[in-house]
Amino acid sequence: MSISVSHINKSYKDIRALQDVSFEVKKGEIFGLIGPDGAGKTTLFRILATLLIADSGQASVAGHDVVKDYKTIRNCVGYMPGKFSLYQDLTVEENLEFFATIFKTTIKENYHLIEDIYKQIEPFKTRRAGKLSGGMKQKLALCCALIHKPEVLFLDEPTTGVDPVSRKEFWDMLKRLQQKGITILVSTPYMDEASLCDRIAFIQDGKILEIDSPEAIVKHFTKTIYNLSANNMYKLIESLKTYEHAHSVYPFGEFVHYTDTRDVFDIDELQHYLKNIGLNDITIEIAKPTIEDTFMALAK
Amino acid sequence: MKILGFIIQKEFKQIFRNKGMLPIIFVMPIVQLLILSNAATFDIKNIKFSYIDHDHTPTSRALIEQFDASTYFNVVTDFPSENKAQSAMLKGDVDVVLEIPNHFERNLVKGKNIPLGVTINAIDGAAAGVENVYITQILQRFNKAIQLNVFQPTNALSKPVNILTIPSFWYNKTLNYKTYMVPGILVLLVTMITLFLSGMNIVREKEIGTLEQINVTPIRKREFIIGKLFPFWVLGLAILSIGLIIAKFVFNVPIVGNLGLMYLYTSIYILVILGIGLFISNFTDTQQQAMFISWFFMVIFILMSGLFTPIESMPKWAQLITEFNPIKYFVEVMRMVMLKGSLLNDILPQLLKTLLYAFVMNGLAVWKYRKTT
Repeated sequence: MSISVSHINKSYKDIRALQDVSFEVKKGEIFGLIGPDGAGKTTLFRILATLLIADSGQASVAGHDVVKDYKTIRNCVGYMPGKFSLYQDLTVEENLEFFATIFKTTIKENYHLIEDIYKQIEPFKTRRAGKLSGGMKQKLALCCALIHKPEVLFLDEPTTGVDPVSRKEFWDMLKRLQQKGITILVSTPYMDEASLCDRIAFIQDGKILEIDSPEAIVKHFTKTIYNLSANNMYKLIESLKTYEHAHSVYPFGEFVHYTDTRDVFDIDELQHYLKNIGLNDITIEIAKPTIEDTFMALAK
Repeated sequence: MKILGFIIQKEFKQIFRNKGMLPIIFVMPIVQLLILSNAATFDIKNIKFSYIDHDHTPTSRALIEQFDASTYFNVVTDFPSENKAQSAMLKGDVDVVLEIPNHFERNLVKGKNIPLGVTINAIDGAAAGVENVYITQILQRFNKAIQLNVFQPTNALSKPVNILTIPSFWYNKTLNYKTYMVPGILVLLVTMITLFLSGMNIVREKEIGTLEQINVTPIRKREFIIGKLFPFWVLGLAILSIGLIIAKFVFNVPIVGNLGLMYLYTSIYILVILGIGLFISNFTDTQQQAMFISWFFMVIFILMSGLFTPIESMPKWAQLITEFNPIKYFVEVMRMVMLKGSLLNDILPQLLKTLLYAFVMNGLAVWKYRKTT
């Protein structure tokens, strides 16, 4: 096991940031922590990165206990905090060199590991880090987190605030790093990124709701989901919410996702109900459940 | 060692790239030294002097001339009445009013005691005291001269015995105020720059989040702290050097003592200040907080350092507090070595206390410093 967390609890005064959190990550796996802001993702990262000590429970990273062997862990993990935290007044190259040196290595030695990523920012290597764009900052931060050839990589919301193209590139890079045998624990508030992980854990209010592969997690969703649309979306949501058999109603892209309390029900009946309210152009069709649907159902 | 060297190198790069800070570090001390040393003086000059002469005789005019001749007094005006003088004093137009009574000359010749009215604006009590001394001196001198003129000695026995005092001012022969102030202000600058910069430096890394990244690296606490503080130790000594050059060539302050001794003491002293700075940064989360706490200590340290007011005239309890004031020792040592040419033996007590202070402060700071939160 590359990362193992068992029964971790952490409170800040009267806020319980983490409650009895347990999970395991296999070597070479991309494990996603999916949850809204304030779910406890960063707290968990900080505990695993040996920056924070849990109130109770055990955790180990790369086979080392996070409390007892924190020194060993600091040598073999790469941590990329959610907030950009490199030296803004040093250049791209100086930042990389600095982190290489304090890990007692050189850029040359592990260049193969960062080559793909570093090549993209190399044209700007004499630029101060503070003057880089958001996407480039993330790439530099990833390079700095990788320069000492870590066994485990912790990425706390690496793509928040990054444009869609850079996000996609970033995930491509993670896939390539995975092939080099690096275990990656990544958190994200974006549900579409969740499907790119090998396994994901839903986390909300400090509790883990579900852990499984993205494909399997969707199968947990037993209810039939309907895509609904009409000429007045707001009215549609409002009227669906007041419908007596409604189980869940929430907007989903250009549609409204709807589930019914009954296992079997007549679509015409619903259509009739909506028409009576005064909605037009009503379409109702069965949709494939997504990770977001599963999360919404679990988070309810 | 390689890591330490690299951190120091990085720190220097950051200092020299900080376009806002750099001029402050190097220009501020020079400007302050030039301005403060010239402006901060306890000499009381240009006292606005005025008089009410009810007598209008050659003797009363001779007395006024004595004041006019003095470099301390500017005879501003004379008043016909006490009321006018009072309102001028109220407006702040005059500092001193001398009232010469009627029949001043006549009574003087008769050998009577004549009361002279002296009114001094005493809002600044210290200045008023000094002014009073000046006035008394002039009056006494005048009195003696009159006696010699008026009473011709009838025989040798009754000749007044004059006791003449010839003061000899050691270590600062001309009583040059700058000679006294420059070493003190130099102390102030070295302290301010090193305390503020070191106090804010680690907090800055906290503020921008880089400390979090640093903390997950295997970097040792010791390496990080030394790497962070060493550049400011160098800066402190650099500022001392700039200051000494200005003292020597601009203010002509005699540097009697051993330069090496000054540097030895300063290098230990800066360690104390860096320890205090580090200690402050342990307890603060933003540069603003660090700055205010540093100011708090700075003001107390400066005012109780003996730089502006002599420690001997403070109340007993305050004197006790000054024992814990590193600036006090630095001021003492600088003045002793620079002006008196004191040797290692003379400053040994201060040196040892400062060394102890450095150990305690840095020990506390390092002990309190945590890589985890």
